[in-house]
Amino acid sequence: MNKLSLFSLLILVVRRDLVLAMRRRADVLTTLIFFVMVVSLFPLGVGPEMDMLRKMAPGVLWVAALLASMLSLGRLFSADYLDGTLEQMLLAPQSLSVLVLGKMISHWMVSGLPLVLMTPVLGLQFDMSMQAIAVLILGLLLGTPILSMVGAIGAALTLGLRGGGVLLSLLVLPLCIPVLIFGTGAVEAVTSGLSVSSHLSLMGALLVLALAFTPWVTAQALRISME
Amino acid sequence: MLEVSNLACSRGDHRLFSELSFALHPGQIMQIQGANGSGKTSLLRTLCGFIIPDDGKISWCGENVRELDEAYFAQMMYLGHLNAIKDELSALENLRISAGLSGTELNEKDAIAALRRMGLRGRERLPTKVLSQGQRRRVALARLLVSDAKLWILDEPLAALDVGAVALIQELIAEHLARLGMVIFTTHQPLHVAGMEMRCLSLS
Repeated sequence: MNKLSLFSLLILVVRRDLVLAMRRRADVLTTLIFFVMVVSLFPLGVGPEMDMLRKMAPGVLWVAALLASMLSLGRLFSADYLDGTLEQMLLAPQSLSVLVLGKMISHWMVSGLPLVLMTPVLGLQFDMSMQAIAVLILGLLLGTPILSMVGAIGAALTLGLRGGGVLLSLLVLPLCIPVLIFGTGAVEAVTSGLSVSSHLSLMGALLVLALAFTPWVTAQALRISME
Repeated sequence: MLEVSNLACSRGDHRLFSELSFALHPGQIMQIQGANGSGKTSLLRTLCGFIIPDDGKISWCGENVRELDEAYFAQMMYLGHLNAIKDELSALENLRISAGLSGTELNEKDAIAALRRMGLRGRERLPTKVLSQGQRRRVALARLLVSDAKLWILDEPLAALDVGAVALIQELIAEHLARLGMVIFTTHQPLHVAGMEMRCLSLS
């Protein structure tokens, strides 16, 4: 029997979670439909004033993405917790952090990436310029993985609690405020003709920081929750 | 070799056991006995490191398992009440993934051979949600066949199994002990391993 390298372990976990998500498609669609619905309701509710819509577009899209990602976070570890797979993961002789990172990546691919891909269409509802849409997508590409990773810490801490969903939002949403500020700030900068590099660089820095620390922190949180 | 000294464990305010000491040497098997709620599962989960004991030490080959951490996990295998199998995946996928999680790459041929030995011929590629409770347990137990762990920690391995499967598990345990493996388990059903002295530990 061959020993698995850390990288192939990561691939194994990502593939497993993607296969599971594809066989349980309703969960994936819930997040996406929620995002599309929330964003589409705003132009209907606020009215067809182009200036106002253009101005609020980045905020609405970002907040909707934030809430949509909260919606799917509860499921990140709970299914594995309930059927005992999480116990086996904690006993993995390789790094638990790598397993957790794999779960974060697949969570993003299932619940973050579809939102990013949907954004251009939704941006048109708000009469956003192509340039603004491009920056918004770039921001979401950098930002949604952070939401998945920071959210994973909260999901691990609230594992097995009753009413964990509310607690999860209370824990995680405040931590996501910087992402929201830089994400919307970048779009506002580009529409007023300023450079977006500072906003996006800060977002990139947050992403690297999250990538370095959140898997380990989540792994520790999982060990605490399993006791 | 697994050595436990002066172990104490409580759940909430209730003290389950204290000053528990025993040693398990290669080729030995031990059954944990006790009434419901006497702490059998808690003891096994403590041995796995899920529960931090109030007091005492668990050592593997002379070193504390807290320090060994992942090196200890590579040598042991835990099978709990929960089967750790996914309804959406087939028996084959489940077995290969759980082998992967425990660090070994399992090819399809070996996985199918293991499942067939567990009496799941023809059901290897069915989603496990269509299998019966006993068959799911068999899928979970197939992990015993493909693991090279020295120490097996089995919590109620015989639950939901029929007579044939119980005989098979006894055979597997006998083979494992002959390879100088170690087994520690709980059960409420009689389990006999031919030619082996069964040590018992009673929790009260």
